[in-house]
Amino acid sequence: MTPPPLVLDNLTVAFSRHPAVHHLSGRFAPGSMTAVVGPNGAGKTTLLRALIGELQPESGRIDRGGLAPSAIGYLPQAAALDRSFPLACAEVAAMGMWRAAGPFRALSAAERERIGEALAAVGLRGFAARPIATLSAGQFQRLLFARLLLQDAPVLLLDEPFNAIDSRTTADLVRMLRRWHGEGRTIIAVLHDLELVRAEFPDTLLLAREPIAWGRTAEALTAETLFRARLMAEAWDETAEPCRNNEAAPRRAA
Amino acid sequence: MGLIEPFLEFSFLRRALVGGIALALSAPPLGVFLVQRRLSLIGDALGHAILPGVAVGAALFGLSLVAMSGGGLIAGLAVMLAAGLAARGGAMREDASLAGFYLVSLALGVALVSWGPAQLDLLELLFGSVLAVDDAALLLMASTATVTLVSLAVIWRPLVIETFDAGFLRAQGGRGAMWHLWFLALVVLNLVAAFQALGTLMAVGLMMLPAVAARFVSPSLSGQVVASVAIATLAVVAGLTLSVQADVATGPAIVLCAGALWLALLVVGPEASLLARRVRRPHLAR
Repeated sequence: MTPPPLVLDNLTVAFSRHPAVHHLSGRFAPGSMTAVVGPNGAGKTTLLRALIGELQPESGRIDRGGLAPSAIGYLPQAAALDRSFPLACAEVAAMGMWRAAGPFRALSAAERERIGEALAAVGLRGFAARPIATLSAGQFQRLLFARLLLQDAPVLLLDEPFNAIDSRTTADLVRMLRRWHGEGRTIIAVLHDLELVRAEFPDTLLLAREPIAWGRTAEALTAETLFRARLMAEAWDETAEPCRNNEAAPRRAA
Repeated sequence: MGLIEPFLEFSFLRRALVGGIALALSAPPLGVFLVQRRLSLIGDALGHAILPGVAVGAALFGLSLVAMSGGGLIAGLAVMLAAGLAARGGAMREDASLAGFYLVSLALGVALVSWGPAQLDLLELLFGSVLAVDDAALLLMASTATVTLVSLAVIWRPLVIETFDAGFLRAQGGRGAMWHLWFLALVVLNLVAAFQALGTLMAVGLMMLPAVAARFVSPSLSGQVVASVAIATLAVVAGLTLSVQADVATGPAIVLCAGALWLALLVVGPEASLLARRVRRPHLAR
């Protein structure tokens, strides 16, 4: 499994003209495992949504090296889903087969077996027929990991995957990330737990709308860079002028 | 008069029964999905939305089923498409955009009815006359049931995924809009097929009440679909009987029966009902 590199070229993504990700350039190497770290409102989720093509760049570009956006596995922050929906765990996990099976094709016996294996891999053995309404938040997050596992995607984006999850579940799911990393998949995860990042993630992008640091984790996460990231003003500046740094923007006549 | 004799004696009753059962087969499964999408009231909105089409059809081509159903279908699809596209474009939430479009459509309908030919009875449009089901209407209901059930079988997987996690399907390149609009088109089709028998308002009752009741019967989506059809069929048969025996208007009688079943299941249904929540059984060892 060798995914293409993901290259960001002077990427800016904006909401109502206010940049959420501002002039970000860099490269997620094939098979790299990168933590995206930064204060609230730093543009971390925005960056992931731009990477899967859900948000269009305001300027700059994203080069996915020919990889279709739909081939990227994406685990959003789980809060948005209706956990009282009348579905069984196996049915939710099976959604990960969408790209393989499409809207109509019946799943083969081997594929059904893989669903069982995926549930077992995230510690949900025996949960196949359980309604998802009966799961705890941590178990539900494990289920979403099982779905992601079945997607078999070469590039995986995870948005705060360990929020509100106990340490044992986190350890289990981190093991899964390590396994994906070992298989040569590119992993990009938004995280807040700096200890976890330092222990498990070789690379880190420290984002505060603008990139503060991007590289080996030990060099990207220093007291000095973290202090600079904290200086980012969260509020929109309503009096902000158009960005001068932006080649695409019309220049004022001299 | 016995319970069965009237059906043997009067062909219009048999027709109403068959038509009602056809509606009971196709509308409630759609209602189950609407409940899950938190769009329980959308049927109401779409039911109102088809009114101007019916009025225009009647004004232009007289009180024929084809003209009125065709007009209703066009108006319903137009409102649904406009609302669906406005919501998918991210301009506003689906319920808000639907509320906007259906209100305009309803006002337009009432204005057209009041301005058009005098013989068009608004009350009959809103509440229907199930005993006036003719062959053409029966054919429309039966075809609608067939199209709906086959469609649901075909789009089941993408529709379930789109309903549960639209963002996931979009990220997977699953053309969520297509399944979503296909589904809403089925809702419109069912409301149009039902309007002559039940009226635009009562048709929504047969779609939503069994669907809401079904959640007290089964914890699974497919179980709820089956349960909703059974509840609706029961309501149609009981409602027609009630209507004959007690001389109550048929549409409301059917919807009242569905409502009674819903309330009964709400209290004593096997799943998550008031009773099921109160029953204390000893907890398990592990």
